[in-house]
Amino acid sequence: MAATARWEHFPHQADVGVRGLGATLEQAFEQAALALTAVITDLAVAPREMIRLSCEAPDAELLLVDWLNLLIYEMATRNMLFGRFEVHLEDNRLEAQAWGEALETARHRPAVEVKGATYTALKVAQQSDGGWLAQCVVDV
Amino acid sequence: MDLALFERKAEFEWRIKPFGRMHVPGVIFASEGLLREMDAKVYEQVTNVAMLPGIVEASWAMPDAHWGYGFPIGGVAAFDADAGGVVSAGGVGFDISCGVRTLLTGLRAQDIESKGDIEAVKTRLADALYHAIPAGMGSTGAIRLDAVEMDAMLKGGARWAVERGFGTAADLDRIEEGGCMRGADPSQVSDQAKKRQRDEMGTLGSGNHYLEIQQVTDVYAPEIAAAFGVKVGDVVVSIHCGSRGLGHQIGTEFLKRMVIAAPGYGIELPDRELACAPIESPLGQDYLGAMRAAINCALANRQILTHLTRQVFSQVLPQAHLPLLYDVSHNTCKVEDHKVEGRLKKLHVHRKGATRAFGPRHPDLPRELRDAGQPVLIGGSMGTSSYILAGTEAGMGLAFGSACHGAGRAMSRHQALRNWNGRRVVDDLAGHGILIRSPSMRGVAEEAPGAYKDVSEVVDAADHAGLARKVARVVPLVCIKG
Repeated sequence: MAATARWEHFPHQADVGVRGLGATLEQAFEQAALALTAVITDLAVAPREMIRLSCEAPDAELLLVDWLNLLIYEMATRNMLFGRFEVHLEDNRLEAQAWGEALETARHRPAVEVKGATYTALKVAQQSDGGWLAQCVVDV
Repeated sequence: MDLALFERKAEFEWRIKPFGRMHVPGVIFASEGLLREMDAKVYEQVTNVAMLPGIVEASWAMPDAHWGYGFPIGGVAAFDADAGGVVSAGGVGFDISCGVRTLLTGLRAQDIESKGDIEAVKTRLADALYHAIPAGMGSTGAIRLDAVEMDAMLKGGARWAVERGFGTAADLDRIEEGGCMRGADPSQVSDQAKKRQRDEMGTLGSGNHYLEIQQVTDVYAPEIAAAFGVKVGDVVVSIHCGSRGLGHQIGTEFLKRMVIAAPGYGIELPDRELACAPIESPLGQDYLGAMRAAINCALANRQILTHLTRQVFSQVLPQAHLPLLYDVSHNTCKVEDHKVEGRLKKLHVHRKGATRAFGPRHPDLPRELRDAGQPVLIGGSMGTSSYILAGTEAGMGLAFGSACHGAGRAMSRHQALRNWNGRRVVDDLAGHGILIRSPSMRGVAEEAPGAYKDVSEVVDAADHAGLARKVARVVPLVCIKG
């Protein structure tokens, strides 16, 4: 029985952990990305604009860090936030679409800017219920 | 932390005997109380660092140490290139050369904070600074760098900024490395890292970064304080920020490259975040070139913020002049000469969330500070104290001239959000005469003063351990928070 897709934050003394859970690895990656956005803002992000992203890494854990870092980079250089994701994975290669909108400080009230995803508490694994977990700490 | 894991070498020095793959001992400088409260992860990370190739003397942790990435935050480790020593992207961290600088103002607290309409001066300063200093995620600076200027900035650091009219040559004497880190190689900085920095010159960032107007409340070492130009009642300005998006991107990219390359160098990483490469390897050299460019980016950034601050003061209080007391960096790897078994040796010293604290007569200090020792600027949390310390002769022998860097968090952001409401934090602090300006109330709650350890205890431990000497205490009057 597969888990429903959801995300959560987990505590780290100086920073914050992002965790995505889902029935598939793709869903877990999508949820981890939602958890990343929630580090920055409490507000729902409107899917006004879509961008395509891709990356690859030697294993699924390094790929998760790459995926989150790619989003951090796109947020910083496009001055956007993302609120919806569609991830496809094949042989440690990720192809994704991310929908979002321009960051508006007065409305989104960003709590903090994320500097990078780290290898701390990094884990990508299938759970006993068959669902997938993807998590790491992000540096803020 | 379980005290039984340590041998108490001195009252404030706790030693972990090498075991397993550790090449050197681990040493934590702390009071018994601080050590007891310290996260057990610090022990694990200190011992992991001690396993890295070519480490010299010890793997140290400062009194404010907490759970970091690979290295503990508050970790110091030096490596010998001749002994196969490594340079570690994880050991420097994401916010390369994040640091603090303090400006004197020549003003007295009553100039901005006494009776009648003068109270309004503080509010005007707070509002004008908040308007002038880009803070928080998505804020952009007024300066756009083209490719040529970007490379010039990455090579020149604060010197580049001064040449462009941001500040004066006198500032450079009061910055580590004279404001310009040698050996920077902009060609090793990726286009992505440069693009991420394009609009971020002269921005404060977010998280624990701030700009504060502070008041000196106590002086503990009058002679050194006189050399630093601070006395009780003085107003100073402190800026805490780093290398912004460029440094973060360099950290991210080299961490991955080093994780993937480590097995090829025969390095078995106890933790992926300790990603490193031999100093003499092409990857190690590429990283050093890029990391030094990021140090220059941080120095240039703080220099531009200094210029913006001076502009604000000149509008609100034209009588104020704001010379630089000093500028320290926290997340760096620097080549320094240190005594090892009685002989001077060139070492690559990593300080991760730790401050360089050179003692008196060190040749890198400007002439006016040579007898006093290097100013060591310790940031507190908004609402509590910050401290000015000085490097000591003893500290040079304890941890190669290193000291703590701040209070360190006592709890996660998660927990802080549950405990505090941002608006209430701002109102409470206003009741104590501290004006907070921030784009995000959630950010303020996550950074609430109570979420941090007592910086006074950390500073006292650094002082008692001999790492640095306590010189003065300052408290905030105005805090611009990213």
